[in-house]
Order: sequence, then structure tokens, then C-alpha cells
Amino acid sequence: MNGSPVPLVLRDADVDERVAPYVGGKALALARLGRAGLVVPPFAVVTTAAYEAFVDGPLQARILFELERKDVADMRWEELWDAALRIRSLFLGAPLPAQLHETLATGLGELAAERAVVVRSSAPGEDSAAASFAGLHESYVNVRGLDSVLEHVRLVWASLWSDAALLYRRELGLDPRRSLMAVVVQEIVAGESSGVAFSRHPTSADQALVEAVHGLNQGLVDGTVEPDRWVLERDSGRVLEHHAARREEMVAAAGAGVRLVALPRRRRDRSPLRDDDVRRVHGLARGAEGSFAAPQDVEWTLRDGELFTLQSRPITTGGAEDDGRAAYLALRRSYDSLVVLRRRIEDEALPAMAAQADELAAVPLADLSDDALLAELERRKSAHDGWVDVYTRDFIPFAHAVRLFGQSYNDALRPDDPYEFVALLSGTPMLSTRRNTALGRLAEMSGRDDPGFAGALEAFLEEFGLEPPGSPGRERERAVMTAVVERLAATTRGGAPGELSGVSEETAGSRAAGSRAAGSRAAGSRAAGPAAPSSSPPASARAARPATGTMGRDELERCYLETAPEGEERERAAGLLELARAGWRLRDDDNAYLDRIEAQLTAALAEAERRGLETGGRYAPRQVALPSPLGRPHPPAPPAGASPSPTSPSFGAAGPPPADGPGGDRASGAPVEAVARARQLVGQPAGPGVGVGVARVVLGPDELAEFREGEILVCDAIEPGMTFVVPLAAGIVERRGGMLIHGAIIAREYGLPCVTGVPEATALIRTGDRLTVDGYLGIVVVG
Amino acid sequence: MDERHVTLGLLRDLLSRQRLGVLATHGAGGPYASLVAFAADDHLRHLTFATTRATRKYRYLTEEPRVAMLVDSRSDDDLDFHGATAATAVGPVAELEGEVRDEARARFVERHPHLAGFVAAPTTALLALDVETYYVVRRFQTVTELHMR
Repeated sequence: MNGSPVPLVLRDADVDERVAPYVGGKALALARLGRAGLVVPPFAVVTTAAYEAFVDGPLQARILFELERKDVADMRWEELWDAALRIRSLFLGAPLPAQLHETLATGLGELAAERAVVVRSSAPGEDSAAASFAGLHESYVNVRGLDSVLEHVRLVWASLWSDAALLYRRELGLDPRRSLMAVVVQEIVAGESSGVAFSRHPTSADQALVEAVHGLNQGLVDGTVEPDRWVLERDSGRVLEHHAARREEMVAAAGAGVRLVALPRRRRDRSPLRDDDVRRVHGLARGAEGSFAAPQDVEWTLRDGELFTLQSRPITTGGAEDDGRAAYLALRRSYDSLVVLRRRIEDEALPAMAAQADELAAVPLADLSDDALLAELERRKSAHDGWVDVYTRDFIPFAHAVRLFGQSYNDALRPDDPYEFVALLSGTPMLSTRRNTALGRLAEMSGRDDPGFAGALEAFLEEFGLEPPGSPGRERERAVMTAVVERLAATTRGGAPGELSGVSEETAGSRAAGSRAAGSRAAGSRAAGPAAPSSSPPASARAARPATGTMGRDELERCYLETAPEGEERERAAGLLELARAGWRLRDDDNAYLDRIEAQLTAALAEAERRGLETGGRYAPRQVALPSPLGRPHPPAPPAGASPSPTSPSFGAAGPPPADGPGGDRASGAPVEAVARARQLVGQPAGPGVGVGVARVVLGPDELAEFREGEILVCDAIEPGMTFVVPLAAGIVERRGGMLIHGAIIAREYGLPCVTGVPEATALIRTGDRLTVDGYLGIVVVG
Repeated sequence: MDERHVTLGLLRDLLSRQRLGVLATHGAGGPYASLVAFAADDHLRHLTFATTRATRKYRYLTEEPRVAMLVDSRSDDDLDFHGATAATAVGPVAELEGEVRDEARARFVERHPHLAGFVAAPTTALLALDVETYYVVRRFQTVTELHMR
């Protein structure tokens, strides 16, 4: 720009190579196509200079503070979800400076003020031949009015820091702190049909591909609407194949946004493109290829016979499946695709899992011949692997319903706490809480020496047990449960705070954290501190909250729903809340279902080992893990008992001591007798409150019988078979991170202070250590 | 201009440029030092800082509220020996409550916006060092005492 300041907004006519670094590839491509004679809807670009003007300063500092509490490389995807949600809230909460607002309003002019527009990301380097961020940054369709446009520009800026974008940048070795974002604001063209065209087929060099749907192409892009597909001969444009879709739905502009609607009957039998239009679309893609001297992936729409180009980008080598984006893209689901996913999970997958677990449990393993047992093992391994795939493909992405609701809630109500929305989800009946309620009843029976106790215990194991009846595993399970029930009963007789109502479903989550156990400190209470400097009244332990912060669950729900206009919008808000509640519940239940299948596999394995059969380790249960692109898996859980052992905690190779701990690293030349001990560990706040108590490190279900009421449960992850001790705990510390992991959800249900994502938690904390679990800040203090 | 004005100007400059200080405490376990983010008030009478209540420094403060806090401008090179300024503030620390806390919190968050969430947590204590004396060191060995009351 010859040393002159970069304009904050550029109109389409002013976009050319000279401003390329400030407008991003998408905007530049549109401008070039327009100049080449293609029909491109009018647009303006909010340049990277505007992004910098907004972010530089306090917001940048807060983003980095959020991200750099922990090495991003050590974060699980759930943790990145959380960090991204908090960063998004920072973007929404940061005021748009008056000067910036005025400049953007003037620059966008009538485009933003008077027309419906699409607000799209256009990050520099976003769509290069080496990497494609297609779908990883946000775009918003059918936005109206200046205020709304500016709001959505902010959301597109925030999407530079979305979990999917952060993960992808991590894989590519890109530093998000150096990344910038421009935003295209473009007049919407509501075509009768839309789609994408590849000037060269991604997998066949002499072919091309056209995909089309009725209505807008958002349904095609997010996978909700199946497109018609045409494979063409690249040079001649001759149609080689046409795969017609089951045309049932389409995406249309509605209200403020888009909706999936039923396709009118007369259009179901009609292809979204006539043959000559297919050739026109192919010609458009070839024309774009000519402009950029590289094969292109073009989005287009057709309105009243006129063909519009919406965007064009180079085809990356391989598709999203090859470069790993597919895994990340699968984490982002639209409302409509989540509705479909919920049906698939609740109506098909879970009943099928339960039925298969029952069927497998009915097989008398001890009666099988050796050959038959090995065949059964093979069958169980195959079944388990299949369900792990379903878990990865469907169950994990369905958790996105919670986030989608969280975003919607935060957009509508702007609470100080970006996780305030969780109050509307907790209290949802779950398998774990049902099981704990049943356990409470058993303890009552045990306490009064009820003669029906033995039968009731068997019924309990039948309903909730993981091990097959008659197996050695079931014997162990019975012994552990009996010990737990006796402890619960003893607690009741003693009248300690952890009475049986403490494990009832009805009261779960209704009690203040920290009141769980003798010796634990109430939430927000303080030790005797230094004297106050004045006679001012004592401050409340809780920080000031926004108006919604003091509301009850029903009031919050009403408040949220009323932010949507009555009618279809409100119904959708209610639907989203319902979806989120299902997602919250399923984060617990799906683990329990998968565990039942895994228990059947391990039962057969145990039987094979008992007979001395050679299995060669082939049948070990495969663990659920999000596939990682470029072959670099996310950090695996250390195996139980892995070094460093929990009885001899030492930083050793695990990393430097935290700031609060004394040093003692042999590699650094410190005396060999120096000992490093963890003093303060940092994770993520996952359940508000403060818990003080003695640590009990639990590496597996077998160690649960040792757990005492009022202790702090320290574990790698709370497995479904461990949840019954949760109501007894004064707090929870988990190595696995994130607000949406099973343990965090259960902790919230019982109102327990919980910190997740503490690296090496089970190695650095010893049973018997005194812990303070700060569930507000995500800190664990040892000693 | 008298020494008092010169020293105050120097201090004002130092405390407005620096964001972190070293807090020296003493408790039953012995001496202890921690790096803390601070904010000074307009009159340089109070240095506000925050800590969670489960920390060692908070425990020590409950045992012995008198502390020292070092704030300096060193950049860790040879020039520091004559170019850096260091100020040690000494006085009692008190936990802030009520309106006093609200005002101090606003000032602290303005200085450290990324710590807004930290100071909002119910487990975080906001404290003020009520400075009785500053010991200001310049040019390696030039020391001035500034008594605030």
C-alpha cells in the first residue's frame, strides 16, 4: 500500500493483488473472477487491519492468557473446545471501539444496512494449494442490518480461534498468534439450485465433478442434504455419470439465517440442474481454472437462469479425508444434522448396543470348546471395534449439541460466565445418577438388615453390572459393591453429611459444593485472612454476577427462550435446548453402553487366558480416540501404574516443576538428592466450588473399595464403573480434560468441585496428600 | 525540584511501566518470595495484588501481614547496574472487601485485563500493600527513602 495505512474496508472494485495480504484468498479470488467476466455478487472486505485494530491490546492478552495456561500440544480436543468457547465469549464481550464501528459502518455502506448478506471468512493463506481451511472458519448466511452484520463479523474473527481451526493449525505447524482474518460481506443470492464444481475430479485427472442441490448450498457443504452428482469428461464436458440423490429436503433463507425445509413434492422428482446447466457449471469451473492457472473448487448458485460464482479456491492435493480435516469438520454440526444424529443414536445405536451386550452376556463362555471360544473372541473383538467406530463417528460429534446450545445461549444472553448455560443441562437424568439412586436404596436396606438385601443386590448387578453373571468379574463386582454399600450404610448410621439422600437422583446437583464431607471447606469460604483495611461490610465470597447469574434454572430457561422471537425461532431455540440435554445425557450414557460391550470382550479374553489359549494380544479392546491428521496421535492416557509411579511422584522427565514448586532437576545439574514435588497443578475448571481433603489416587475400578467419604478422587478418567463413589467425594481431579468429559458432567450433577485436564495428575499426586481443589480457577494445590 | 518530588516522579514512572513485582513474605515455614501482578493507586499509597487463598503466600500473609515488594526496571544486561531503578515498598497487607475492593478491583483489571476472570473467582483474594516506606535505588548504590506517612 506504498506506506499508506491499510483501509479497514475495501469494496470489490478496489480489491487486487496489491492488497492481497490484507483481504485473504477468498476475497482476492472473487475480485479476479469478477474482472474475468464471471458474475459475482457485489461484496466488500473488512480487511485484516480491522481485525488487528479490534484484537490488538487487552483482547489479545486475554486470548493468549486463555490459550497459554497449558501447552496446546498437551490439550485434548475437549479442552480445545472449552478454550475456543471461552475465546469466542471474549470476542463477543469486547466492545467494538466507536471509531472502528464508524469506519466499518461507513465502509460497508448500503451493503450492510439495506441488503441481506453472507458474512464469510477470508483469512490470508486460508485457501492455498498446500492447505485448505474450507469449513474450518465460520460463514453466516442471510444476515440483515448493520448491527447484525458487525456482530457476525466479530464471530468470523473469533472463528480464527475455533477449536477446529486451532487443531488444524497445530497439525500444519502454523502459529495462530500470527494468523489474521479478513471478512467478506457479500450480497446474498438465493438461487433455485446451488452447489460446488471441481474443474478436475479430486481423484481422477481427466474427469471433472459437479454437485448440486435444490435451494442454498449450505446443506451440501455441511452434509445435511445429499447432492446430485455428475461426473464429466474434463476436456469435452460430456456427462459420463449422473448419480441422482434422494431429494427430500433443501436449505432456504428464513428469518435471520437458513432453515432445512421439506422439498416441495414437485421438485423431488426433478434434478436440481438440467443437462445444459451442468455443462454451464462445468464451464464456469474451467473458466475459474483458466483465471488462476490451477484446478479450482467453485461454489455457485443459479437464479432465474443466471449463474453466479460465490467462491473459488484451488483444489488441494487430496480431499478433506486425506489431509485430516474431515475429523475436525465432523466436530462441527448444524442443528439439522444434530437432529438426524440424535435419531440415529437414540433410536438405532443405543438399543442395538444394549441388545448386543445382552446377547453376548447370554453366551456361556465356560461351556464353549477352545475353538468355539476363540471364534467367540473374534466375534466380540469385531463387535467392539465396530461400536468404537460408531462412538467416534456419531457419539463424539453429537456432544457438539451442547456447544451449539452454549454458543446460542452466550450469543443471546452474554453472561459473564461462558459456562452459565450448563445450569440448564445439569439435573438431566443419567444412567450414573439412576445407578447411584439405586445404590442409596441398597444402603438403606443394608442399614436396617433387610432380609431382601441379597436379592436386591443381585437385581442391582443385573441392571447396572458390567460383568456377565457367573463370571469371576461379576464376583469381584459384587464384592466391591457390597463394600461400597456397607460404607454408605455406616455413614447413614453415623449421620454424617454424606447421608443417603446425597446419592439420590432428585437431589443431585442441588447442594453446594464443599458441603460433601467432614473436613471439606464450603464453596467460597475462606480461611481467616489478613484483617480488612476498613470498616466496610464483608464482601460476598461470590463475585458479582450478571442479572442471569442469580436466576434459577426455570427462570434462566424462560429468559433464554424469550430471546428468540415467538413462533418458529422460539421452537428452534427450545429444540436446541432439548438436543443439548440429550447430548449432555449421552456423554454419560454412551460410555456406559460401550463399557458393557467392552466387558463382554474382556470376559472372553479372561476365559481364554484362564485356559492358557494363545491370543497374541490381538483382542485387546481398542480405545476411543479422535483420529489425528498427519499421523500424530493426541497424547494417550498413561497406562495404569505407568512410571512415574504414584507412590514416588517426581517430575523427572514429566517436565519442569510448576512456578510454585522448588527445583530439583538432575539434568540441570542440581544435586542428585534434590527432590521435586508438585505444589500447584493447573488444569481446567470443570465444576465450580472448593474442595479440601485427602487425595485418593484411583488407577482402576479394583481400587475403588479403598475410597473413603470426604476424600478427593484423583484419577485418569472417571469410567462408568467408578461413578458410584463420586457422591462421596469432596472433589475430583482428572488427567483427562474438558467440560464435556464424563467425569466433569457427573461432578456437575453432584455439585462437586472438579478440575480436569491436569497432566500427570495420578503420577504427581499421592494418596494421602492434602489437596485443595479450586473448581473456579482450575487449580489443584498439594499440601 | 526537591528530592521528594524527584523520587515520587521516578516512582510514578516505574510503577506505571512495570506490571510485575516480587512479593517477599514470611511465615511459619520461613521466608518466601513470589512474582505478582500489581496495580498502584494514584497516590502510590497502595499496591494492589491478587492471589488464591490456597497459596503459600496467602497463608504466610495471614501469619505475618508485614511484607516487602520489589519492583524494578532491569532488563538483565550490564546497563542495569547504572540504568535500572528498583523500589522496595514496605508495609502491612490487608485483604480488601466491600466498596474498597470494588474500586481496587476495577483499577487492577484496567491494568491487567487478562486477569479479570482470575480476580472475579470467589477463591481469589484481592489484597493491598499499604505502603509505609519506599526504598528507591538508582545508579547502583544511590538509595532514597520515601516515607509515605
